Amino acid sequence: MQIFDIFLLEAVLNGLLLGGLLALLSLGLNLVFGVIDVVWICYAELIMIGMYAIYYFYVVFGWPLLLAMAAGVLLVAVAGAALHQFVIRPVLGAEPINQLLVTGGVLFFLQAAATLAFGIEFKNIGVRLPPIVVGDISFSMPRLIAFGVALAGMLAMYVFLKRTYLGTAIRAISQDRGIMPLMGVNPNRIFIFTSALGGGLAGLAACLLVLQYDIHPAIGLSFGPITFLICVLGGLGNMVGGFVAAFIFAQFISVGGFFLAVEWGYVIAFVFFIAMMFWRPQGIWGGK
Amino acid sequence: MRALPWILLAALALAPLMGMGNYPLHMLIQVLLWGFVYTGWSVMGRLGLVSFGHGAFLGIGAYVVVMLWNSYGISPWIGLPIALVLAAVVALLIGYPCFRFKIVGHYFALVTLALSEIARLLIVALRDHTGGSLGVTPKTDLTESSYSLVAMQFSNKLVWFYIVLAVWLAGLWVWKKVDQSMARLALEAISQEEDAAGSIGINVTRLKLGITLISALMTCVGGALYAQYQAYVNPDSVAGIGISLQMVFGVIAGGMYVRLGPTVGAAFTLLLAESLRLMFGNSLHALDSTIYGLMLILFIIFMPKGILGGALEAIRRKKPMPVSAQNA
Amino acid sequence: MNAVAAKSSGAMLRLEDVSAGYAGFQALFNVSLEIRPGESIAVIGPNGAGKTTLLRTISKLIGVTSGDILMEGRSLKDVPAHEVIALGIAQVPEGRRLFARLSVEENLKMGAFLPAARPRHSERLKFVYSLFPRLQERSAQIAGTLSGGEQQMCAIGRALMSGPKLLLLDEPSAGLAPVVVQSIFDLVRRICAEGYTVLIVEQNIRQVLKVVDRAYLLETGRIKSSGASAELLASDEIRRAYLGI
Repeated sequence: MQIFDIFLLEAVLNGLLLGGLLALLSLGLNLVFGVIDVVWICYAELIMIGMYAIYYFYVVFGWPLLLAMAAGVLLVAVAGAALHQFVIRPVLGAEPINQLLVTGGVLFFLQAAATLAFGIEFKNIGVRLPPIVVGDISFSMPRLIAFGVALAGMLAMYVFLKRTYLGTAIRAISQDRGIMPLMGVNPNRIFIFTSALGGGLAGLAACLLVLQYDIHPAIGLSFGPITFLICVLGGLGNMVGGFVAAFIFAQFISVGGFFLAVEWGYVIAFVFFIAMMFWRPQGIWGGK
Repeated sequence: MRALPWILLAALALAPLMGMGNYPLHMLIQVLLWGFVYTGWSVMGRLGLVSFGHGAFLGIGAYVVVMLWNSYGISPWIGLPIALVLAAVVALLIGYPCFRFKIVGHYFALVTLALSEIARLLIVALRDHTGGSLGVTPKTDLTESSYSLVAMQFSNKLVWFYIVLAVWLAGLWVWKKVDQSMARLALEAISQEEDAAGSIGINVTRLKLGITLISALMTCVGGALYAQYQAYVNPDSVAGIGISLQMVFGVIAGGMYVRLGPTVGAAFTLLLAESLRLMFGNSLHALDSTIYGLMLILFIIFMPKGILGGALEAIRRKKPMPVSAQNA
Repeated sequence: MNAVAAKSSGAMLRLEDVSAGYAGFQALFNVSLEIRPGESIAVIGPNGAGKTTLLRTISKLIGVTSGDILMEGRSLKDVPAHEVIALGIAQVPEGRRLFARLSVEENLKMGAFLPAARPRHSERLKFVYSLFPRLQERSAQIAGTLSGGEQQMCAIGRALMSGPKLLLLDEPSAGLAPVVVQSIFDLVRRICAEGYTVLIVEQNIRQVLKVVDRAYLLETGRIKSSGASAELLASDEIRRAYLGI
């Protein structure tokens, strides 16, 4: 019985760490949605591109890991900006659902292009961080790092949005796009910047994911859906809500997976999500 | 001109009898089968209810039927109605609160996305019964004869062709009925202005539920037929976000707002994949999806009405004569 | 007035035969007007005359189809909307259009978004607060929760934060209680007294004519007449049509 409890505790704590990772995943998506009002269905595929980039920079080109990661973040940031400029911008005036669908097309494209370019074999950067063992409980080191980075990222984002002119403009533009030019703000430039920032956050997530997972073209599908659901559960565009939702989801997955199989953890989390949508369609953290 | 669609239909129905090879016949069956499924999706999609969850209904159709046969020896002819009931229950369970609480647009798409993922994960999680990600094959009953009516198994593709043709035609008929009925006008009003529709006395929730039900049941039938025809399914091919998106995009490629649009979309995607495969061989097996993905993006940006929709519009603009004759 | 004389008159803003409109709908027809530095003028006219369109055209939110707008002699033809403010033209838009979920102070900060305006942010904030002490009291409050009059102050304050030469005011009295309207016009008078050049668009003709130096009468997108405020107040045309006397 004693051991049982220890494992449960471990599941809860690891769920907490997983929550950090999921929170980081949701951050960029929420930012983009909150500002541009577009859901990047291909968000997880941007992360996948980042993971491949890091793999190539580090393993194939032999760059130092941190440099490879920085380059990966930059690359995905550029990809985010390009996504806005070439794909989102032409449909900004179209029906909202077309904006959702066009990024779905990008998902298809990126996934297929990655298969074409990199093949379907699983790739791994071969960096394995040892778990941290405290007493009988062991923590995954990459998850611990992800947790820390997610918290730091969240904090940095908060300060940026709250304190800087650009951050204030980003919050303002989501409230009234039409009068931004009167403030001397070029809305498109804000959108591009936000998209680059969202891409950069996807790149940051990629840095943390390559430490834990193999890279393959379909990896986006394994954590894309959950990222969307976290954002919706937290209230799309609501970063604090997304943060809270990430930790709730992570507990379902971790503890549910502890009692049953991992898939059951996900099933429970998704059922919970649907139930919550009917109880609080505006998201758990939404005001009214 | 009025006879043209009938002539075309007759040609289609008789084509396999003219000594068509097995491979073209297989392609034809696939096009009609997926054309039917896509048509089912578009019944609700065209009304602004963009579902990313139809993988769930496809999965229910495929897996319930195969599981009942494999585990309990229940004939697919009985299994299919059971699957339909289950699909209907799921559709209502998810649809009612969605429409009641006016979950629309992005939110509707993402809630239904959760549904399709649940279906996929459930199939994987129940691996002791379903075979998990490896997929499952219906136990064959074709020991002595070339067909088993009880098991809904036919080794002759011709039989499948006529079954699928009939189902596809039925699907088009349903599409037309929905299109003609009051529901069309009402729902078009809804997708534009929900509150306005409510205030003129249209029961929005019930209408949307009805449409969702029809769409879910059609997709469920398609899933069951697919599993029986292919004699193999796995969770990714009939459930989850991948196949759900594929349905959405097939419809968009063909054209959501015209009756044959979804079928054209199915034909386009299948033929594109096949022709690229024949051209480049299997070494570049993602080339078709890469090109397809790129085309999708371009479609949505430049031709949101799809291939058939866009073509019809272009023709209509050139000459004022209506082209309703195109609709079989 | 011949054209050469007008050119040399040292106008701050000149509109020369400006026509503008939305897709398939022309709202302004050959509108010409000018504002000299330090002057306060009004464009008056009935609902739907094109007054708001006029201001949106000056701010380049709407394209000019023919004619030209000159700010201190510089044509706005190739100036995109978000660069108009850098030339010293700030607009308080119709309906105030505050960022409802940002605080008062953040709204004011948005007014000073221009890189050129940022270094003088605290100085101008002090000035705005001295003009509207009420805003200072509410600086941390969410703008959406302000009263109508306070929102108008905040909107004007926001426009002043860029340090404009020319202030465009779109119906500052619209939707406000009569008591508040009076105080808003007092404010406008004070802003004019501070030396700002002001172009104000109003339906509340009697009140606005007491504040400004000159006015143009705009009807169905055309300038019908113009003159000094006192002149217009006394003219039969205005009195009959708009003042109900």
